[in-house]
Amino acid sequence: MGVFMHLCRTTNQILSKSGYRMSSLRQYSQSSVLPLPMTRNPYTMPTISAFCTEDNVSECISYINREVSSLGFPLLCTESNNGPELNLVAVLNNVYNLLQLHRRCLQTVEDIEVEQVKSNSNMDYLQLSNTRLKDQLELSKRENTGLLERERQLQLKVKSLHNCLKNEKEEVQKLQSIIASRATQYNHDMKRKEREFGKLKERLNQLLIDKKDKKQTFEVLNYVGRSDGKRSLWKTGKTEARHEGEMYKTLLNDYDSRHKDLLMENAELKKVLQQMKRDMVTILSPRKPSQSGEKHDDSLEQTSSEEDEVCDSSRESLELSCEHAREQLTNSIRQQWRRLKSHVERLDSQASLVGERANMNAIPKEVHEEEMDRLKLEIQQYKDFIHTQQQLLQQQLNSPCDDETASLLNDCYMQEEKERLKEDWKSFEEKRKNFEAERRNFTEAAIRLSHERKAFEEDRATWLKHQFLNLTPFGDQMKPQMSKSQSALSGWAESEVRPMSTPAKLNKSLSHTAFSTSRASPAKTPSTADLYRTHRLIPEKRYPTHDLDIHNRSKLQSIHIHGR
Amino acid sequence: MNFSEVFKQSNQLCRVSPDGKYLATCVQYRLVVRDVNTLQILHLYTCLDQIVHMEWSSDSLFILCAMYKRGLVQVWSLEQPDWYCKIDEGSIGLVSSRWSPDGRHILNTTEFHLRVTVWSLCTKAVSYIKYPKACQKGIDFSRDGCYMALAERRDCRDYVSVFVCDDWHLLRHFETETQDLAGVEWSPNGCVLAVWDSCLEYKVLLYSLDGRLLSTFSAYEWSLGIKSLAWSPSSQFLAIGSYDGKVRILNHITWKKVTEFDHPASINNTKAVVYKEVERKPVVGSADLSIQQHITMGSTLFNTQSKYEICPLPVQVPVVKPDLDRANPKVGVSSMAFSSDNRYLATKNDNMACVVWVWDMQRLGLLAVLEQTSAVRCFQWDPRRPRLALCTGNAKLYLWSPAGCVSVQVPAEGGFQVQSVTWHCSGDSLILLGKEQLCLCYMEVGEEEEEDDDVK
Repeated sequence: MGVFMHLCRTTNQILSKSGYRMSSLRQYSQSSVLPLPMTRNPYTMPTISAFCTEDNVSECISYINREVSSLGFPLLCTESNNGPELNLVAVLNNVYNLLQLHRRCLQTVEDIEVEQVKSNSNMDYLQLSNTRLKDQLELSKRENTGLLERERQLQLKVKSLHNCLKNEKEEVQKLQSIIASRATQYNHDMKRKEREFGKLKERLNQLLIDKKDKKQTFEVLNYVGRSDGKRSLWKTGKTEARHEGEMYKTLLNDYDSRHKDLLMENAELKKVLQQMKRDMVTILSPRKPSQSGEKHDDSLEQTSSEEDEVCDSSRESLELSCEHAREQLTNSIRQQWRRLKSHVERLDSQASLVGERANMNAIPKEVHEEEMDRLKLEIQQYKDFIHTQQQLLQQQLNSPCDDETASLLNDCYMQEEKERLKEDWKSFEEKRKNFEAERRNFTEAAIRLSHERKAFEEDRATWLKHQFLNLTPFGDQMKPQMSKSQSALSGWAESEVRPMSTPAKLNKSLSHTAFSTSRASPAKTPSTADLYRTHRLIPEKRYPTHDLDIHNRSKLQSIHIHGR
Repeated sequence: MNFSEVFKQSNQLCRVSPDGKYLATCVQYRLVVRDVNTLQILHLYTCLDQIVHMEWSSDSLFILCAMYKRGLVQVWSLEQPDWYCKIDEGSIGLVSSRWSPDGRHILNTTEFHLRVTVWSLCTKAVSYIKYPKACQKGIDFSRDGCYMALAERRDCRDYVSVFVCDDWHLLRHFETETQDLAGVEWSPNGCVLAVWDSCLEYKVLLYSLDGRLLSTFSAYEWSLGIKSLAWSPSSQFLAIGSYDGKVRILNHITWKKVTEFDHPASINNTKAVVYKEVERKPVVGSADLSIQQHITMGSTLFNTQSKYEICPLPVQVPVVKPDLDRANPKVGVSSMAFSSDNRYLATKNDNMACVVWVWDMQRLGLLAVLEQTSAVRCFQWDPRRPRLALCTGNAKLYLWSPAGCVSVQVPAEGGFQVQSVTWHCSGDSLILLGKEQLCLCYMEVGEEEEEDDDVK
């Protein structure tokens, strides 16, 4: 028994090296039959008294047998006839086996520990690499977003550049089309000018070749008078000054009339502005009792505006074009307009509030009713105004019936003016008729003269014919007569020439001619019969007369008298 | 509305005398003077060649007939049919001929615009004006007949000379800041002269009567510029029509743009009324019509009935895209006319040649748009009332007034196609000119109420 105890003690001492094996054994032993008091500390060996005592030796032996057999070791004791006996060899073998087992376990534990360490270090390494990779991933993600952002911005830039390019292309196209149209226009104009130039060159060539240059000619039966009947004046410095004066007069008249128009417009616009201001004041004034917040301001502004109004009306009545008054008027209107605007805005906000809150119906209704009252009042006022206007108008219309003398007087004045005007018109009409008649006469006379001239030409032709036919020289008997006829002819020639210079004179002389045919005064134009007679009597004096005729003819050539 | 019978005329030469009593027409080389109301022939004159230009003198006493090929101008007197006057320009040629405002001087422009000769019918005096410019409108007389503005070009520079028509005294001579002056026009009050540049440069210069530059206006650069210009009768507005299809209105106080009228291809969002001419083709009957009926039907087939319909907005206006490769393209506002009471402006944009636009000058907005079935050839305002007459080259006459719009068939035989329309100075009758024919249309008093019967 003591050996057995000693063996148990040594096994315990060997086993105390590794704690938890003891604990595992302990646990196993706890699960088996024998409850043993164990200490908490796994590294301390339990005392022998804990497991085996003198009482429970057999139990211990049987228990150990059982354990050993389960492990595959030989049994500790065998059954003999004296009771169970401890086999020493078996025990030693068991101990040795147990020791081997223990060593093997320790080895495996060591191996496992090593492996655990290895795996720990692996895990650490993996964790490290994991964190590193996570960081890398984070970084690369950020970079990616950054790159995406840049790409987006660049795309925007590309789009805007595309647009710019499109605009520029359109601009270029437009400019090209403009250039093209200008070019076609230039070409067209140039071709036209070239064609004209070609025609000019041709004409010049033609003129150089045919020396016969058809001159300009002007043929007219007789000159007509000016349409306004006045004589044309010589061009002197005075007429030039007169023209300048008239030109400036026209300009000034135009400026005056425009100035008047503008003044009138200004006055009307001012009136409108004043009316507007008054209206705005009247619109804003009944608001005073209803406004709570701005009451004080309103009253102040009202008084100030009323003052303004008074000042304005008085000042305006004095100087309408005063800059100061104008500015004041516009400023006051602006003020009123601002107030009206703020008022309307307030009303708008109030209306919106009404829309939100249902129990605010009372207030807008008040406002509405007030507005209605005010409008009714205004309508009444306007009706009264119209009524008074009508009354005044009626009075005005009726008053002439009462004020007869005043109306008569007015009429009298007008009558006088009317009479004068009528007389003026009559005289003017008469003058115009006279002038027309005169002009008609003049034209008739001119035509008659031309006819006469024709006749004269014919006569002269016949006379010349006669002269050529009857070539008989005569003596000096007819000298005095010749001189008389000469003077008569010269007088006639002069009266012929004079009309060419001034048509007015022609008027008189021709009329004289027309009327003088019957009278036939010797100093003035002789009749054709007289001429014929004188020429017949003094045929030898044809040369001087002939000279005169040539003289006449040369003078008359410039007028190109033709028979018709 | 009464229509007279159709008379012959040539070269679209048909003018009413300024006093409104006579109507002068040219038939080849004959000049026929009729009474306006009875259309009886009063005088018949024969010229030496085919008449190319005919003009009444301002006092209605003389008529000028010009024959450019022969270089001849003949003047006839109404009072004295025996009176004659013949101006032969000889080898120097004749390009244009016109009366001076006093009716006693004739201005002849020689070939190649070498000079302008002023012939006087009162005296032997002859004046010459050198270096006139050959442009769209080189000469203009002021409305009161006192002054004449003449465009000149010397040494590659443009000048304007202002003459006093009384004695042809040179009042002012000044250089203009234009590249290539295209025209001059006096304002109706005679105090402002508008001078504009050729279409390659948008520039309008305004000069006062005494030669001072009042203002310059240029809307844009580089693109083709001004196509037409019109003064309002009160001289308050100057309307400038340009190749970009817009009309710009300048005011006479500051000479700045007051507004711009655009002619868009689609009209919406305006208070304007759009009238569209709609043709009603007559129904051709069945085959068993007699020959007589066929003949009458034939004439009416040419004359399709048409009426105006009011189109609801938005409206698309037909646009013809012009060939921009050619010079003087058919774009831009080519004709504008103010009504005599200054209240309306009628314009035509060459892109949309079938449409006439009427603008209200009081509120400066579009008032009416008239869309016709074919290109509008001519339109003119009544000299007394706000009434516009227009024609499109078919046998109809169209009238617009603020009350409404009407299309009238001209009852003339043989396909009379109205090429141009002229109002008589009293506004009571219209002269319709065809290719070789003319017809008078007498308006009845109270015409305005009658116009509503077609479409309002």
